[in-house]
Amino acid sequence: MGESTTANFHHVRTMRKDSRLRRNWAKLRRNKAALFGGALLLIYLVTAVLAPVLFPGNPSAPNLAKSLERPSFDNPLGTDELGRSILGRIIYGSRVSLLIAVGVVSVGLLVGVPLGLISGYYGGKVDFGIQRVTDMMLAFPGFLLALALVAVLGVGLKNTVISIGISMVPIYIRLVRGCVLSVREEVYVEAARAVGTRDPGILMRHILPNVMVPITVQTSLGMGTAILFAAGLGFLGVGVQPPTPEWGAMLGSGRVYLFNSPHVATFPGVAIFLSVLSFNLLGDGLRDALDPRFKL
Amino acid sequence: MNTDNEPLLAIRNLHTCFHVFEGVVNAVDGVDLEVPHGETVGLVGESGCGKSVTALSILRLLRCPPAEIQGQVIFHGRNLLDLDREGIRKIRGNAISMIFQEPMTSLNPVLTIGEQIAEAVRLHQGMSRREAWRWAEEMLRMVQIPGARARAREYPHKLSGGMRQRAMIAMALSCNPQLLLADEPTTALDVTIQAQIMSLMSNLKEEFGTSILLITHDLGVIAEMASRVIVMYAGKVVEEAPVKELFKEPLHPYTKGLLGSVPVIGRKAQTGRRLHEIPGTVPSLLEMPRGCRFHPRCPKMMDVCSGEEPPTIHMGGDRRVCCWLFAKT
Repeated sequence: MGESTTANFHHVRTMRKDSRLRRNWAKLRRNKAALFGGALLLIYLVTAVLAPVLFPGNPSAPNLAKSLERPSFDNPLGTDELGRSILGRIIYGSRVSLLIAVGVVSVGLLVGVPLGLISGYYGGKVDFGIQRVTDMMLAFPGFLLALALVAVLGVGLKNTVISIGISMVPIYIRLVRGCVLSVREEVYVEAARAVGTRDPGILMRHILPNVMVPITVQTSLGMGTAILFAAGLGFLGVGVQPPTPEWGAMLGSGRVYLFNSPHVATFPGVAIFLSVLSFNLLGDGLRDALDPRFKL
Repeated sequence: MNTDNEPLLAIRNLHTCFHVFEGVVNAVDGVDLEVPHGETVGLVGESGCGKSVTALSILRLLRCPPAEIQGQVIFHGRNLLDLDREGIRKIRGNAISMIFQEPMTSLNPVLTIGEQIAEAVRLHQGMSRREAWRWAEEMLRMVQIPGARARAREYPHKLSGGMRQRAMIAMALSCNPQLLLADEPTTALDVTIQAQIMSLMSNLKEEFGTSILLITHDLGVIAEMASRVIVMYAGKVVEEAPVKELFKEPLHPYTKGLLGSVPVIGRKAQTGRRLHEIPGTVPSLLEMPRGCRFHPRCPKMMDVCSGEEPPTIHMGGDRRVCCWLFAKT
């Protein structure tokens, strides 16, 4: 009872302010799962930014005398086979995974969104060409495509980002094209053409802002997927290379000791799980908050 | 600049067809019409008769393909259908602008009203951002939007339908066009707002000397605004006449049917008649009847009507009608 009154009070107050941003924020705030996701993400971001403060010292420096120690006061999450603190490597690994997530999504956005806009807006042969290439890329499972690209490009951080980024491009192309197909038929697009707006102006000023919501949601979900893919590549040993602390690679090297020292593989796994969870929960929440069909 | 007898816009033998899966749809089939300087010409007909497609063909706003536009659209001695992309773009919104039927959807929800009006001005007049913004405010004042300065900063969802249509008119008139294509500008508005918008358009027309091609199915609006009327049926012009003559003495059976189907308050009480209706429905554009397209619904159908297309017959005093009834054999 008390809670619903508060909710109504929020409702009235936000309606009075009548700002889209405020209303969406209010909706997002009422979504507990999204809030939890957002909080996790915040912790994740803070960890990545403050890594040197949280863990002074080099996370990659081996100390063989302390190899495979169980969690203790000195090393809260234990040490790996080379005696490096797992906590420290997870903390620094958050930087790597965040970098990968942002990089991958940037590649996807920068390549996929313009191609989707062009494909949807112009239609015809251009659309046909872009869509058939997209079909070919979507025919492979995303991870397999990334793996194949790594095989071509080689291992390492940069190539991991590029490969996973390219494997996400078709998703953005399809998403944006679909939205553009409906937005381009809106009367305001025709009205913009009727006042003599050039095609780039129509695409950037009139169409793109109206397809931003699905792009935003996909970006959030895509970051989660990117971390998972990068961890997968790292696990297989074809992603980011040692000694860079990368969660997937840590998981991979830890699996050998799974029976005697389960903490080596478990904690990086938990880190991957939580980071992907945070992006997915936030993405779902954003989708619900920004979806006009759920308008209050 | 122009000789007075030269019309501002002359459409000659306009054919617009759409290539669709089921075949070819001839939405506009050989339309001729003229809009003289400073006049309002009404284009009437029921839904799907090709009125809007005619207007969209003038500015080439149809996607080609599937559309295909043929014929001539002469504006200031130039055929708009021959211009390149950049050429027609410079005409759009500048010399010829357009108002759409749906004020609720014809403004972009993510841009402020001011931005959208300023965009048109900046495109054609080369004004700076600030000048264009001031001009946009000025235009909003001109279309009598109260609090124009504040309204310019607002998004379309805060405006009522009537206000949005005013904003659309402001946008359309912002570059001082010579010709305004008004595609059912009042259809989506309620009657009092309709009257306001109509009087606003009349005033602005007087003030700027803009010619208007007014597309509507509302004969009341035509009677009030237009000086000449063109009646379309199934993609063809069936009758053209000065507005008074058309209402006094419609010639084509379709025009008679249209005028007869307008309810007049009190008429039933006087004459005891039911409201007139035109029997049947508009033919599918894919399966046009042979001969006169109106013959299956025409009360005065003759043998010749189903066989051959009727010729256009020029009657005295700028009237023309496309019907076998008036052909002298």
